[in-house]
This record gives sequence, structure tokens and C-alpha cells, in this order.
Amino acid sequence: MRLAILDSGHSFGTKALFAMIRVVSRQPVPEPLKLVRYRADFYGAAMQQIMQEAMRGPSAWSVGDRELMAAFVSKANESAYCTNAHAAVSVRAYGDKAKVAAVLANLETAVIEEPLRATLRMLGKLTREHAVGVGDMRDVLAAGVSRKQIEDALAVCFALGTTNRLADAFKFSVGPPKVFEAGAEYLLARGYR
Amino acid sequence: MLEGRASTPQAQRRGAFDNAGLEAPIGTLVEKVAMHANSVTDEDIAAMRISGLSEDQIFELAVCAAVGQASREHDAALSALAAAIGSD
Repeated sequence: MRLAILDSGHSFGTKALFAMIRVVSRQPVPEPLKLVRYRADFYGAAMQQIMQEAMRGPSAWSVGDRELMAAFVSKANESAYCTNAHAAVSVRAYGDKAKVAAVLANLETAVIEEPLRATLRMLGKLTREHAVGVGDMRDVLAAGVSRKQIEDALAVCFALGTTNRLADAFKFSVGPPKVFEAGAEYLLARGYR
Repeated sequence: MLEGRASTPQAQRRGAFDNAGLEAPIGTLVEKVAMHANSVTDEDIAAMRISGLSEDQIFELAVCAAVGQASREHDAALSALAAAIGSD
């Protein structure tokens, strides 16, 4: 990472937690965790709550859907770390590697439900162009997506839009697939608390 | 983040959040974080250090820039949604 404080500037208690994580998981401490645990009162504590609510809170979207949205937004932001991390969770949640791969390769040809496709299309435009219009929202509503579902999807987009930017600004290291698979197992079981 | 204790002045954090009114090198980094974060380079961070900013200050400004842009996009999308529902 570009800032040494995010690697080694944590409090004594957090460093002890990281040591335990390394021993138990036999993996390096995930860099997103290092970010949210550094001066958590400034940023991380609030963002962990936002992530937990957006990704695991009550919603008509499944966990697999929301993790797919997270991966899709991250790909639109060209954020390799977050794309890999959330794609791995979505694959595990759906139990369907081909579905996630197909959406990330080509949204328009992937075999998925139309409400999900319309929502992902809108999230992709918002992420790439930093704006969407009334017509974009009408298209999503016309596909059968409720207002609450759109709001839930936008919450995922906000959380990932923030995280993607910081992952790239601080240069999270993109490790091998086994690291993301281990992270996915943890995130599916425990969430983002 | 904007109101609490920090190592950067509140006005600077507000400028990073709004992506407005900041000169290089801070303005350069903030613009990149907000609009195309994957173009941030080691040199951008080095320029911040050379200008006298600590790692904590760089951390605070980058966080404000990221949250600010994501918030603007979120708010704009919610407004578009409200308008779409209102016009149905």
C-alpha cells in the first residue's frame, strides 16, 4: 500500500487482532480490513456499518445479487482488487461461477433475470459517467424493479464507489485467487462487521 | 470526517469532499480520487509528501474525496429516481 500507516500504524489492540487473523486464517490480513481499522473513528467504523447494511441488511435482493452488483460496480470503476473480492463472494453465494463470470464479461448477453440486468445497467452508467437521468430510472422501474430495490442497489453502489476509490488511491495489492476465496468464505459467513 | 478532530484543517477536508478550490498537488490527487482513482500514481502521493503533508493528512484528504464523490453520485441518482416516480 502507498501509505505505511495503513500497514503498520494501527493501535496495539488492532495489531494483536491482525496477528490472530494471520495465525487462524494462514493468510495475510486483508487490506480493506487494514483500511477500516485505521483511525476507525474517522472513516472505518461508519463505513463498516454502511457496508453491512447495504450488503447484508434486509432487501429483496439476495446476498449473491448484491455481491454481484458490488463486483459489477468495481469492474466499471476498473478496481481490480474489489472486482475479484466481490465476484468471489457472489460465486460462493449463488453457487454459480458461470453466472458471475458471464455478467462480468458481458451484461447484455448473460443469462440473468431482466430486473437484475436493468439494475446493473443503471449502476454501470452511474459509475462510469458519474450521473444517471430520469429516463435511466424509468427503464429500471419498467423492468419490474421496485423503488426500494433501486434504493438498495444505490446503497451498494455508494459503498463500493467509496471503497473502490480508496482501494485504488492507496493501491491495494491484488493477490492470488486463493486469497480472495478465503476472504469470500469469511465475508459470506460473517459479513462486514 | 468533516466535523470531528483531524490533522487537516476543516476547510481543506471540505474542499476535498466537494472536489473544489484546492490547488496542486492536493487538488490533483483529490480530482483523481473522485473521478478516476485508478489513475492515482506513486508520484501523486510523493508530491503530497514533498509539499509537507503527513501520511495522516493524505489519508484524511483521500477519504474525504472518495466519500464526497460517491455521495454526490448517490444523491443525484436518488433525485432521478424520485423524479421518475413522480412523473409516472
